[in-house]
Amino acid sequence: MASTKLIIAALGLLAVGATSAAAQQKPAVKAKSTATKAKPAGATVSAATLAAGKTVYTQNCLTCHMADGGGVETMNPPLGKTTWVLGDKTRLVKVLLNGLEDVEIDGEEYRNVMPAQPHLTDQQIADVLTYVRNSFGNKASAVTPAEVKAIRAANKK
Amino acid sequence: MKNAVSRYLLLPAALVGSLSLFALRPEERVVADANNAGLKLPEGFGALVVAETGGRARHIATTPQGTIFVKLNRPNASGNGILMLRPSAGGKAEVVSGFGKYGGTGVVAKNGYLYASSDQEVFRYKLNEKGEVTNPDKPEKIVTGLINRRQHESKSIVLDNDGNLYVNIGAYSNSCQVNDRQKGSLGIPNCPILDSAGGIWQFRVDKLNQSYSNGTRYATGLRNVVGLDWSPQANQLFVMQHGRDQLHDIFPAMYDTKQSAELPAECMYALKKGDNAGWPYMYYDGLQKKKMQAPEYGGDGKKEATGNFIDPVAAYPAHTAPNALLFYTGTMFPEKYRNGAFIAFHGSWNRTPEPQKGYYVVFQPFKDGKPSGDWEVFADNFAGDAAKAAAGRPDHKPCGLAQGPDGSLYITDDKKGTVYRIVYNKK
Repeated sequence: MASTKLIIAALGLLAVGATSAAAQQKPAVKAKSTATKAKPAGATVSAATLAAGKTVYTQNCLTCHMADGGGVETMNPPLGKTTWVLGDKTRLVKVLLNGLEDVEIDGEEYRNVMPAQPHLTDQQIADVLTYVRNSFGNKASAVTPAEVKAIRAANKK
Repeated sequence: MKNAVSRYLLLPAALVGSLSLFALRPEERVVADANNAGLKLPEGFGALVVAETGGRARHIATTPQGTIFVKLNRPNASGNGILMLRPSAGGKAEVVSGFGKYGGTGVVAKNGYLYASSDQEVFRYKLNEKGEVTNPDKPEKIVTGLINRRQHESKSIVLDNDGNLYVNIGAYSNSCQVNDRQKGSLGIPNCPILDSAGGIWQFRVDKLNQSYSNGTRYATGLRNVVGLDWSPQANQLFVMQHGRDQLHDIFPAMYDTKQSAELPAECMYALKKGDNAGWPYMYYDGLQKKKMQAPEYGGDGKKEATGNFIDPVAAYPAHTAPNALLFYTGTMFPEKYRNGAFIAFHGSWNRTPEPQKGYYVVFQPFKDGKPSGDWEVFADNFAGDAAKAAAGRPDHKPCGLAQGPDGSLYITDDKKGTVYRIVYNKK
């Protein structure tokens, strides 16, 4: 009798723990996805786009960001669940167009430079960013070639 | 009867007395962990976890009295970048204090001083007769103003026996391209980085506030050296270079991914004043055993290098990141290890799609002050298992080496902050 009560109490605690953890995580996820003003993400991303994006990733990003998108501590930042990947698309596209250096990312410093990728077409940039935004635990809206084209045009001074 | 009773009373007292003798000399009793701290070692060796520092433990130094100093890559939660550890029971150690409000890599104890580096400066602290730092807040700043542009920032240090300090100043670039690491970008002619980095600088150990104008560029053409040591046998500086990255990413028409994973070799150089190891103009192909012209400077993957560049004295698998070098002078380990070198390989990240590699401590045999015979893996499995190593997601990354006063080998890990100790216990 007493042991049953204990088990119930323990289960209750577990449930409280689980819901509070979920409650803590939810707003953060919501904030990120509303920031990108996404339509329901999965619906707009085709398997073909993801496959094309993965090819671009393998040829241009894989070495530093690695197969699991986890990057290399202190050197190359991870791509999973960071504000840089899930947040403002214009900022993200500009990382590929201009490269990135000396920026603290989510409280960590990374020492290698991110080289600019001027050899990538609008289509390739759209594909790889859509792939990254929907891999490594990420789920966010697609990036379109038209968006990349507009950002590239505005990026030229 | 009375005598017998007092005899029994004396027995526990004698036991307590002998136990306290052991307590006074904790260094005497080193007990390897049952699982050898998770490491794979040659027969007769054992390992224990000496301490968990919880920080990114870079290099490590010991004093003759057995005090241990660990340099953290960035200050811990208490703001300290150097930890002082004292020996405790069973061969372990405990952190007794912290000081030095800066991150960095280098730490060396020699001739009554502790030397430690930030990523721009070198400091020294007086050691007392117990081998402990007494003035933690008032070090002498002996070198200042060294270039730090994040990439290859570690200012590793070593001393010779003539009052000189050698400091690595890593190149803030992969291969001196116009645009660092960008596909197809060519090398800058007469690479300007070499004026203030990409080499080893020599300073005096006892002069304050030295910078480039007071120092000597002792050797150049070294992309980044994290592991270095002074060979007592050759009376010469030996360094481990981190070779350049990403041949395929930058020049895909000249190198496939397999070549990019296996080139160039990580090299050991024995340096003399004025030597040039050739970065960024060349790299060393450890498979062909040739110096090759870098593709940024007119190379095509086949052309040998032109220029007056020294040869390495030994070569190791590409991208495995040698972060510490230590000449072993102790007598605890068997004879074959004496005057040979241990090298801590931090492990690779840019061998994809080939499996990642490293995360081990290698032994390089030496004879008459020169590498002699093949290197072998000495302590393995810092990664935890083969799959974690292959994925480049190891549990631990060996980064620093030091020899204890009894001849033990200490190893630091900058992933989780573990300090290991390897002992030989075969009779």
